[in-house]
Amino acid sequence: MSVDTATVRRVARLARIKVTDDEAARMTNELNSILGFVEQLNEVDVAGVEPMTSVVSVKMRRRQDVVTDGENAEAVTVNAPVSEDHFFLVPKVVE
Amino acid sequence: MNMAVRTPDPKKLIKGATGDWEVIIGLEVHAQVTSNAKLFSGASAVFGAEPNMHVSLVDAAMPGMLPVINEECVAQAIRTGLGLKAAINLYSVFDRKNYFYPDLPQGYQISQYKQPIVGEGKVLLDMPEGVVEIGIERLHLEQDAGKSIHDQHPTMSFVDLNRSGVALMEIVSKPDLRSSEEVKAYLAKLRTILRYLGTCDGNMEEGSMRADINVSVRKPGEPLGTRCEIKNVNSMRFAAQAVEFEARRQIGILEDGGKIDQETRLYDPGKGETRSMRSKEEAHDYRYFPDPDLLPLELDPAWVESLKAHLPELPDEKKARFVADYGITPYDAMVLTLERASADYYEQVAKNRDGKAVANFMLNELFGRLNKDGKGIEASPVSPDQLGAIVDLIGDGTISGKIAKDLFEIVYTEGGDPKNLVEERGLKQVTDTGAIERAVDEVIAANPDKAEQAKAKPTLSGWFVGQVMKATGGKANPQAVNDLVKRKLGIE
Repeated sequence: MSVDTATVRRVARLARIKVTDDEAARMTNELNSILGFVEQLNEVDVAGVEPMTSVVSVKMRRRQDVVTDGENAEAVTVNAPVSEDHFFLVPKVVE
Repeated sequence: MNMAVRTPDPKKLIKGATGDWEVIIGLEVHAQVTSNAKLFSGASAVFGAEPNMHVSLVDAAMPGMLPVINEECVAQAIRTGLGLKAAINLYSVFDRKNYFYPDLPQGYQISQYKQPIVGEGKVLLDMPEGVVEIGIERLHLEQDAGKSIHDQHPTMSFVDLNRSGVALMEIVSKPDLRSSEEVKAYLAKLRTILRYLGTCDGNMEEGSMRADINVSVRKPGEPLGTRCEIKNVNSMRFAAQAVEFEARRQIGILEDGGKIDQETRLYDPGKGETRSMRSKEEAHDYRYFPDPDLLPLELDPAWVESLKAHLPELPDEKKARFVADYGITPYDAMVLTLERASADYYEQVAKNRDGKAVANFMLNELFGRLNKDGKGIEASPVSPDQLGAIVDLIGDGTISGKIAKDLFEIVYTEGGDPKNLVEERGLKQVTDTGAIERAVDEVIAANPDKAEQAKAKPTLSGWFVGQVMKATGGKANPQAVNDLVKRKLGIE
């Protein structure tokens, strides 16, 4: 599997990353060499092998249904470039 | 999409210029999980706080914050799955659904894609033509997004993250629905089941239940047509209206020789129409992948079993039991079991009483009166004990059915013990034949011409019964009056 420059541009757009023509060309080569490595990994037969989700055998931790956080709108919005009455303000977006 | 399997019902088809059309509908319902805290953080999930007060740094997606799953939200999803008679998947996976929007600070929604927590199930609808089974495709857990407000500022949108991270269940039906009536019935039944289970409050006005509706049309027997998705419908009535409009819109396009574009649409209740949402380029490329911050969700079968053992009786089972135990009609049982509170009320009254009489009185008098006041059964001024006492008074002949209505109204507005009220206000049915006889004699004596006519036309006796009832203030036993009038007039 390999990607062309158009695909690289599309993925960059979806991730909201701005790339120049030069960068797109360079990234196409870089991504293709990564994909080449993945292709090599794909040669291993993993039929019947469970995907590994963790290097040690642990169960997912769970929390109790108790309110332990929040009630601090000031802390939540303090680093926002623009805020008002504890709302975040962003450039207008309307569907 | 699954191939639809239902045989087309001629009554449900829509007539077009070129023949009949079948409407195929599938629903995705987003139901907010009833819980104290959010799905992956310790912030409150309660509706209606000041902006950004119910937000933890996890919900605001601050760097380095990690999600930890709320066990109760998982339990609620399992209970819902069991209530939908669905398969519970002991191994499920959380994925990231990637898109950019200001009310989604993570840049992705944590959802379940390929391996949801609940698999196939079913919902039974009581339709006039009989029971219709609607298949459930799946149920998965996911995070809600925040809320954007666009009308507060000329160039800025306001973002409140209070809902961000609240647990939602997305319940996906199979494309088994065939009419707007079925859509309404499905939403109502789902809401009833969720409320019985206590897993979602089903409050559509507050957005606790929202539906995305997939609609397509076809000539019966043909393959499925291209579908359109109507997003975010928040009332049963609007859902039905949206389906009606959308089906006719698609039929119009196809009959004019056009084709349907697969797209997302919005329903405008003011105009009664659906319109295309400006579709963003590449909007549907969500690039799902397993969330590396969360391990797979593995369930202990014993835990699932214990949740199952503690499930409440569900509406379908309760309905069947009411029919069997109390001898009421399936329809009455269905109405009584729509809300758990009204079913509980009914059982309190019907225990050791005539179930049919109690059902009649509840459905005709109590529900009618509560409806008039826009009250729910929880706010009923008449308690089950008071209602039971009224039914007893009718049953033992102390009051007539007509007086019972008046007594009910007094108890409803003024309160009090029905038994005492009957004594105090002199509402007792007159069963004393002497008194009734006198009243009958008086009415006949006052209307000799009518009495003469009645001999030839026995149906006129009804008029005399009415007059006697009026004269006795409705307190005479109607059966006794009827018998006496007939005897005195000489008609049998």
